[in-house]
Amino acid sequence: MGELKRTPLYDLHVEQGARMVPFAGYEMPVQYGMGVMKEHLHTRAAAGLFDVSHMGQVILRGGSHAEVALAFEKMVPMDVLGLGEGRQRYGLFTNAAGGIEDDLMFANRGDHLFVVVNAACKDGDIARMRSALEPNVSVTEITDRALIALQGPAAEAALARLSGAVADMAFMDVATVELNGTECWVSRSGYTGEDGYEISVPAAAAEALCRVLLDMEEVEAIGLGARDSLRLEAGLCLYGNDISAGTSPVEAGLNWAIQKVRRAGGDRAGGFPGAERIFGDMAEGVARKRVGLAPQGRAPMRAGTVLYAGAEGGDPIGEVTSGGFGPTLEAPVAMGYVGSAQAAVGTEIFGEVRGKRLPLTVAKMPLVPARFKR
Amino acid sequence: MKYTEEHEWLRVEGDVVVVGITEHASEQLGDVVFIELPEPGTEVTKDEEVCVIESVKAASDILAPLDGEIVEVNEPLVDAPGKVNDDPLGDAWFFKIKAADLSQMDDYMDEAEYKDFIG
Repeated sequence: MGELKRTPLYDLHVEQGARMVPFAGYEMPVQYGMGVMKEHLHTRAAAGLFDVSHMGQVILRGGSHAEVALAFEKMVPMDVLGLGEGRQRYGLFTNAAGGIEDDLMFANRGDHLFVVVNAACKDGDIARMRSALEPNVSVTEITDRALIALQGPAAEAALARLSGAVADMAFMDVATVELNGTECWVSRSGYTGEDGYEISVPAAAAEALCRVLLDMEEVEAIGLGARDSLRLEAGLCLYGNDISAGTSPVEAGLNWAIQKVRRAGGDRAGGFPGAERIFGDMAEGVARKRVGLAPQGRAPMRAGTVLYAGAEGGDPIGEVTSGGFGPTLEAPVAMGYVGSAQAAVGTEIFGEVRGKRLPLTVAKMPLVPARFKR
Repeated sequence: MKYTEEHEWLRVEGDVVVVGITEHASEQLGDVVFIELPEPGTEVTKDEEVCVIESVKAASDILAPLDGEIVEVNEPLVDAPGKVNDDPLGDAWFFKIKAADLSQMDDYMDEAEYKDFIG
């Protein structure tokens, strides 16, 4: 393993009392003084500030939106062409076997497409984009900007103090907004299930912007620990745990992310890696599905917990892929894959923890209702 | 009070030893969300896993510090695991063990030694 990288906010994290841990090649704050539980609850009650600068920011530029969009559609099963200017969408890079190489956000910012990918996958994603898109479409990794997220019911009130324009943005809108004297690329989105914003800010101005936000009554710095429990309660996938190169979007329950126009029978059906497998899964159904899971007792069921249909005997029916404690629900929460026969909400199944089978119920996702500003 | 390298504290009350985890351990664990206690009456041997403690981050075990019998467990802790963070040295004891041989206590650190141990 090489030297760990630092984000432009490293010094601020340390000053704020963060416990720093290695994550995807970066030294990142896992928690601050409040601890994971209080940070989680604070985000759901007010506003949390997250450093997500480890994620990859990439600009795709070509002759026109249509040219870039149609080229990008060869990599993702999403409607890129139909994405309006100033709008963002969730996407997936698929592989030839119909598995998921990464999940991402992409935004139509007028003269370019702005793509945000996971830290652990970014080198592979960028190489894949270069090979698929260049030379007609240029692929530029943005390395001189930080990325922060402000999440929670008070995020709008807090950020609107710096620019009233952000209050007018709807969920998944993107805009260029001046914040604290600096040009920022803002989207109304996040990965916590709460309303909020993701803000790409020049590295040199990132710390000052964060300080202004952290000085506000409702804003606290939040680490990766709470980010994980927030996204888990919100039913959102962690790449590498809940989705992977071996998981099809249909197994993962991400069909909603594949717009009609790209599906079988659509105007621009297929043409992305693994289309045949994914269309087959859509038409014929899948043997296993990603579901939300509510352990019935107090014991958390962590990733890797093996699942069974009954309290005794039988072969495994699946596995927990993310699991822990949900501070909002004050109960353990999990997600994982089960056989399609056990995937209906309300089905009681069992997970083996320390040699004992404990009951859990297949639960509707998100486990905590999302509060996006539609 | 004595301390183990597993960050347990041990307080002798007659021939019974009360066992909990240190403040340092509770800080390292983070918010505790689940505790599984042993059954009173269980005979245990030193270093046997007797409790499970799970925090928001991970699961860990508490080992029996001595040979003996578990004579009492702190049942209210099961419904309020957060006490381990709020009051690790007081309210949040885990179990009481009737020691077969109290001289096993001599193996453990006193407060000054434990402070050195955690740096």
